[in-house]
Formats: sequence, C-alpha cells, structure tokens
Amino acid sequence: MKLQKATLFALFSVLELARDPGRQMSAGEIAEVYGISVNHLAKVLRVLGRAGLVEAVRGVGGGYRFCGNAKRISLYDVIDLFGDIVTDASEIPGPAGTTEIAQALGRVLREVDEIAVATLKSITLATLLKSRRWHEERRLEERHTAVSQ
Amino acid sequence: MPQPSPSPPQPPNQALHGLAIRDARAEDMGAVEEIDARITGLAKHDYWRHAFTRYGGRADRWFLVAEHAGRVIGFIVGEQRAWEFGSPPCGWIFAIGVAPDRRLGGIGSRLFEAIVARMGAAGLETLRTMLARDDTLNMAFFRSQGMMGGPFIQLEMPLPGALPQPRREQGQPEPPLQPEKGREGP
Repeated sequence: MKLQKATLFALFSVLELARDPGRQMSAGEIAEVYGISVNHLAKVLRVLGRAGLVEAVRGVGGGYRFCGNAKRISLYDVIDLFGDIVTDASEIPGPAGTTEIAQALGRVLREVDEIAVATLKSITLATLLKSRRWHEERRLEERHTAVSQ
Repeated sequence: MPQPSPSPPQPPNQALHGLAIRDARAEDMGAVEEIDARITGLAKHDYWRHAFTRYGGRADRWFLVAEHAGRVIGFIVGEQRAWEFGSPPCGWIFAIGVAPDRRLGGIGSRLFEAIVARMGAAGLETLRTMLARDDTLNMAFFRSQGMMGGPFIQLEMPLPGALPQPRREQGQPEPPLQPEKGREGP
C-alpha cells in the first residue's frame, strides 16, 4: 500500500503530537523532524484541525497540540480524512470489467483491500505508539538470544 | 434499536480493585454463558458446558474467569496447538469476553496477561488468535496488547451440500442483546 504524501504527513503529525499530548510543536518543527515540506504540512495540519485531531495554539511558543483520544482514533480514521482509501479500486474499469476473468481478479483485489482496511481500523494511535516499544524489546531479546547461543 | 443497559458502566479502573483472575469452575458457566450471550446475541448453553468439560482444569488448556465482588465478569479460553501446517507449539486464544457494563476497567487486559503468563509457564513462545475481519473491537484489543498479523492466513470455502450459515455482513446491525461497541475491546 502506498499512501499519498498528504496522508503520510498527517500520520507523522498526529503521531508525533500524540506521543506527548502536552507538547506543542510548530509546523516547522514537525517538518524538520521528518524532512518534509513545511508548506505542504501546514495545509495538512489545517485539515487535521478541522477534524478535531489537533488544535492550533496561538502566541509565543505556539504551535499545534494533539487534542483527540489516542485510544479511540485509528490509523484508518486519519487516512480516511484524505480520501486515500478507495474501497472500489478493485473494480476493473471499462469493458474488460464485465468479463469473468476481470471479475475474478477484482474479487482477489477486493480481498486484499478488505484486509488492509481491517488492519488500519484495528490499530489506534496509542497502539501504534506502543508498538515502537514492543519492537525495540523484541529486537533486544533476539539480540540477547543470538549472543547467548 | 436501543439496547437495555442492566447497570451503569463502571468508571475506568474501578473494577481492578479486588479483581481476581482464577481457573473457571463448572458453576461459573452460567455467568460465562450470560456474558457471551450479551456480547454475541446468541445463547449457547450446551456449547459452554461442553467447553468447560474440554478446557477447564486441563493441562495445555486454559479457561480463566475474572471475578469481582463474588460475580464472574469476564472470561478467556485458550489452548496449546501444535504442528498445524508446520507451526511449532503455540498458544491460541479463541474466546474472550467481559460483561459490557464492566468494560474499560482493564479486565480484558488482566485476563489476557493471566493466560499469557500460563502459556509462557508452559514453555510456549508464540500466541495466536483468529478474528472476524470486521470485529474491530476485539482486533483493536489484541493489537493493543502487542499482537500483530502473523505468518499464517486463514482460508475458507463453503462445503459442498452444506446449508448456508447466517452471517452478519459489515454495516448490518448487531443481533439483539449486543451492546454498543467501543473501540477499546474487552
């Protein structure tokens, strides 16, 4: 699965801010961390603001702050804001789409889409943030096992 | 259709105080059946009696319940499976339920941790489960515990001559008795 830039930037921003909801970061600071365009990111942050996931904090030291519930918001919820999940993409267009072969191919592609959507719906921001720690723990455990063998 | 709520939901973590996780007993099956019926909308009297006979108090099989103030408010069931298409022995969880009015209290997590500890003590290194694709509630719960997509894929087909089974499609309302779902799971 390949996400559009805006969707990816939105996930970066929401997750970066959700890892410490008390912290404020400017668009420039987030852009610097991920090496992305600040202008493009500013547009993305406005969408996230309208969706109630982040809020702009005015004044000195202002920026953006996460204001959602990380245990309730899934990756799908963020991605869906940008229309990046097209569930009918597996329909093969044109006259070919009416053939039995194309329809059989469409069923396989639909299966792949459904699994992807189910996966994204089941992973909350909180779970994704926790998964960094699990990954590191498993990596260290594997290294420890390899060393002791 | 709005569903009746037997008692007001407990504030988060209130249920943790005095919560005991223990092996299920035969007399718990009524409560287990009731919790399952409230979640799934289907009462399965014979199934739970049979499940207790098969999984209660057995080596390599675990049937645990969560008890609070003398009331069974959750359950989890699992077993060891081995060598299914080359899979070394691993733990399987195939049922978990928490009374809907006691959700958000960490009870599902305590049940999960308890069965994981038992499986670990039995020498198992991997835990697996299988869920409906649209069961976001339970899938989010298991993922929040650290589970991820594994190397196996579930496949199915209708058996020739079999009667079609009723299946709830995505977007259809839950059957009666199903409480409103949150994303946090058991």
